[in-house]
Amino acid sequence: MDKSVSHQTTRASRGGFIDSLWEGLCSLRLAIITLILLALTSIIGTVIEQGTTPEEMAEKLGWSLGLLKFLDASINAFDMYHSWWFLSLLGLFAVNLICCSIKRFPQVWRNVREPRLIADEGFFRSLGNSYEAALPKGRLDDVSEQAIGFLRSRFAAPVVTRQDGAVHLYAEKGAWSRFGVYVTHLSILIIFLGAMIGNIWGYKAYVNIVEGGTADHVMPRGGKEPIPLGFSVRCDNFEVEFYDGTRRPKEFTSDLAVLQHGGEVLKKRIEVNDPLNFDGITFYQSSYGPAGDATFRFRVRDRATGQTVEVSARQGEHVPLPGGYAFAVTNSTENYDKFGPAVQMHVITPDGRYGNPFIVMQNYPDFDAQRAGEQIFTLTGMDQRYYTGLQVAKDPGVWVVWLGCFLMVIGSFGAFFFSHRRLWLVIQAKGEGVGIRFGGSAHRNQPAFALNFDTLKKDLATALTDKNSQAKEASS
Amino acid sequence: MTSSLFFNIATGAYFFAMVGYLAFLVAKSKETALAATVLSWLGFAANTAAIGLRWREAYALGFQQAPLSNLYESVVFFAWSILLIYLLFDLKYKHRAVGAFVLPFAFAGMIWAQWGLDATIAPLVPALQSNWLTYHVITCFIGYAAFAMACGVSIMYLIKVGKEEAASGNPVGGILGMFPSVKVLDDLNYKAIMIGFPMLTLGIITGAAWANYAWGTYWSWDPKETWSLIVWFIYAAFLHARFTRGWVGRRAAWLSITGFAATIFCYLGVNLLLSGLHSYGG
Ligand code: HEM
Repeated sequence: MDKSVSHQTTRASRGGFIDSLWEGLCSLRLAIITLILLALTSIIGTVIEQGTTPEEMAEKLGWSLGLLKFLDASINAFDMYHSWWFLSLLGLFAVNLICCSIKRFPQVWRNVREPRLIADEGFFRSLGNSYEAALPKGRLDDVSEQAIGFLRSRFAAPVVTRQDGAVHLYAEKGAWSRFGVYVTHLSILIIFLGAMIGNIWGYKAYVNIVEGGTADHVMPRGGKEPIPLGFSVRCDNFEVEFYDGTRRPKEFTSDLAVLQHGGEVLKKRIEVNDPLNFDGITFYQSSYGPAGDATFRFRVRDRATGQTVEVSARQGEHVPLPGGYAFAVTNSTENYDKFGPAVQMHVITPDGRYGNPFIVMQNYPDFDAQRAGEQIFTLTGMDQRYYTGLQVAKDPGVWVVWLGCFLMVIGSFGAFFFSHRRLWLVIQAKGEGVGIRFGGSAHRNQPAFALNFDTLKKDLATALTDKNSQAKEASS
Repeated sequence: MTSSLFFNIATGAYFFAMVGYLAFLVAKSKETALAATVLSWLGFAANTAAIGLRWREAYALGFQQAPLSNLYESVVFFAWSILLIYLLFDLKYKHRAVGAFVLPFAFAGMIWAQWGLDATIAPLVPALQSNWLTYHVITCFIGYAAFAMACGVSIMYLIKVGKEEAASGNPVGGILGMFPSVKVLDDLNYKAIMIGFPMLTLGIITGAAWANYAWGTYWSWDPKETWSLIVWFIYAAFLHARFTRGWVGRRAAWLSITGFAATIFCYLGVNLLLSGLHSYGG
């Protein structure tokens, strides 16, 4: 404590702008203010939808276009997390953290590496927990040995210093927990570093690949130049599965193959939450859609002649049938009211009249026979090609970020749930016997330590009194 | 034996526990406080059983998902977490008056879930099917619950501190006399946040891991993520306030209350008022 005071006075006496700037950048007050400012300003970006434009937002929500344009121009409110002022605030935060750590860390390091081994009377008085006792019959060396044994078995092996006829014991536990705060703070800087690496050397893009198709470029978000991958990705197959009786997709999967130097190097079936990784680039299943019209296959039987033909049709196409008839599919679904795939269609008579629309279902091949039409339609198959929508991300900084997160968890658990506990014990000759002085402190969670200390001191007193009264009795 | 029966029992038990704690403040009888605590345990047991049963009910319907899949389930889990934190503090410190300021949060959650929310068990969309969801929700909610506890204690602090200062050292009587001393309240506030903060940190990290896995980016500044960061900034400010003169006591209590208000907004306000990737019930 007094060290830091003298430190400050020398700085203050030198005065100067640099020194007061340094003090400011080291101060915790600045940290609190920055944290609160970050919290307050972050709100803006959650109210104003990022990545949109003032016009879009004014139209959607009916807000004043003038105000939104002003916010856009003045504080870059539509991309505020990348604005110069928000990034500066984060920068200030990082600088504050670095300065504060540079200033405080050496002190903590010294405290841990060069602990106070010898406690004088004044120091004992400054400790929250202390205890004094006299053992009228004890011998200095015996009591010291016993006390060392006690500390070793009940707390930690002490450092022993003999000075001026007294034996000083110092024992500590959890010294490393003092670094928890520094690990936490360092972890924040590491996460910043990881984010910067990702921003500079990574990208976020997307690509749609039709079943059977191949892609070797991806489109970055924001639609700039396409980015070459350095290899190509082929989609062999795409499948989507729905929850029973609904159009809610349960799962969709793509079979992807990676091609490089003319050969297949990797194959993987990806689904939402299970992406493909290759060469530091990740392909995530994110969407899908139909590629072109579906093709339907029918068997058509002429009711009068019994003659059967196999035809295929695309939606909207007029498909001729024997006898001058034709038909067209107008609508289709993969799941009609829980009955499975179905189409809606109608017949066109030889004289060009359109018949009433009717429904044909793949799972019920005889159903259409009940309709009293000239033809009986059976849907034998439905082919829909899909494209798979992939998000493509490259982020070489992500492992740095995870390292930072790991350190943050370790550091904050260390900082919150452990403490540096220290005990001092002095044994010195006092009249015929010895006197002991016992004290301790913890750098956090003092109440729990106080309880602990209480038990220790009682047990220590009992142990020493028992042994030393017996020893004297035996020898006398 | 259905989950909804047990949810109703839990709601009732929390209500009577809350009334019991209030009665304890007025009547100053230790037995009342003990009865309220027993009711809290009963409610907690019923709440636990209900969540377990609902899990089984979802499996019986063929949905392999933890009961944390929609707003209803998250609200009853929130109530459960609040009781978990409160009962842990009660086991350790036995400041029963605190119950009167913490149980109302759990009761409000339960009654809202029972009366106002859709309790049907629905399957999760693919983007939400992940173990990360479970880890993410559990860590976040334990954090939120600890913040609820800190908020209740901070309200008590602010109610009491003025009176205690006016009494200039003499003990305050009446209902306020049943409150722990402001020093103890301040300490409980800090202790609760010491649990909540690392939990929220874990919650944000598991959320980021999940987003990275499901969408390819660990952070996209969507409103839900940003609000969780806002909450995190506020509690970080609170923790640092303790090392700075002039930022303790009342200001710390206000920071804690503000933090909890932001927590509730992050949890509910973002879904109800702001749009984003995260909105439940998709
Ligand atoms: C969001 C960012 C930050 C986080 C998560 C964080 C985390 C922490 C944690 C967990 C503690 C321990 C608190 C306690 O013991 O109650 C702490 C203490 C501290 N932090 Fe931070 N911190 C952050 C930013 C900063 C900044 C910007 C500064 C710059 C001055 C700073 C300076 C300190 C100091 C001086 C301590 C006290 C260390 C001690 O003497 O025990 N922190 N921080």
